[in-house]
Amino acid sequence: MPTIVVEVMPKAELLDPQGKAVAGALARLGKTEFSAVRIGKRFELTVDGPVDDALLAEVNELAVDLFSNSVIEDVVSVTVNE
Amino acid sequence: MKIGVITFPGSLDDRDAQRAVRLAGATPVALWHGDHDLQGVDAIVLPGGFSYGDYLRAGAIASHSPIMAEVIDSANKGMPVLGICNGFQMLAEARLLPGAHTRNGHQQFICRDQKLRVENAATDWTNGYADGQEIVIPLKNADGRFVADADTITRIEGNGQVVFRYVDVNPNASINDIAGVSNERGNVVGLMPHPEHATELGFGPDTTDAMRSGTDGLTFFTSAIAALTRA
Repeated sequence: MPTIVVEVMPKAELLDPQGKAVAGALARLGKTEFSAVRIGKRFELTVDGPVDDALLAEVNELAVDLFSNSVIEDVVSVTVNE
Repeated sequence: MKIGVITFPGSLDDRDAQRAVRLAGATPVALWHGDHDLQGVDAIVLPGGFSYGDYLRAGAIASHSPIMAEVIDSANKGMPVLGICNGFQMLAEARLLPGAHTRNGHQQFICRDQKLRVENAATDWTNGYADGQEIVIPLKNADGRFVADADTITRIEGNGQVVFRYVDVNPNASINDIAGVSNERGNVVGLMPHPEHATELGFGPDTTDAMRSGTDGLTFFTSAIAALTRA
């Protein structure tokens, strides 16, 4: 069954406390190669049947209206895994 | 005078909000998120809690509840609507209020008696206060950091839509110490701290007079009654 994958990230200019906490953990582990960590969300939508343009358009709309909040997040990708 | 309090899956403070409505002199009406019925109420409170476990984003799933269609419609027609904590997050997600909320800057849940300054005493929920008045009510949240883009901040500051500001301590790194905002019309107000927990002697924040004697939050509810009486 095909899967539509939506990826959402916090806006670049906003503080990402989760990413900051993980960055702190990396530093404590001595992993000094990384200067920052940002954490986002990945939605996997399993589809019963084929993915057509109309469905993709609907998912693009949902990505903006429900899966993300444009005040604090950006939809970075909507892709189809057949 | 009937003030509805909507219960969502994961609401915690709906009963406290109902009690605050009663102490202020109105009749509380329990409303259910899954209904399309406001039961003829004159004003609405969206209470605090952790609707849907804060999954997706705090308040996001609840903001798409069936009853929110009626809430949005009534709010746009001028009905007084108050969002407390999780209710504030819902109103922002529903775009009835500007901005959004993220995790507290220090990444921890915080619970404290919080001093606020009333920046706009002309809204339906603050008309019983004086501009600049300082009040103390409880605050308890994890996702309380108010954010908005620079243009929105400039606009709401200019319009007087910043209704409450944190004083002494900014508990969550909110932009400009913003604790609560309103829509342009002033009938929809949301804030992170909890006025409903400071409405009865013996159950509120400590004051210099006596332990747990703080009732600064009651004026939210008497203000709404006054606004409705005038209308």
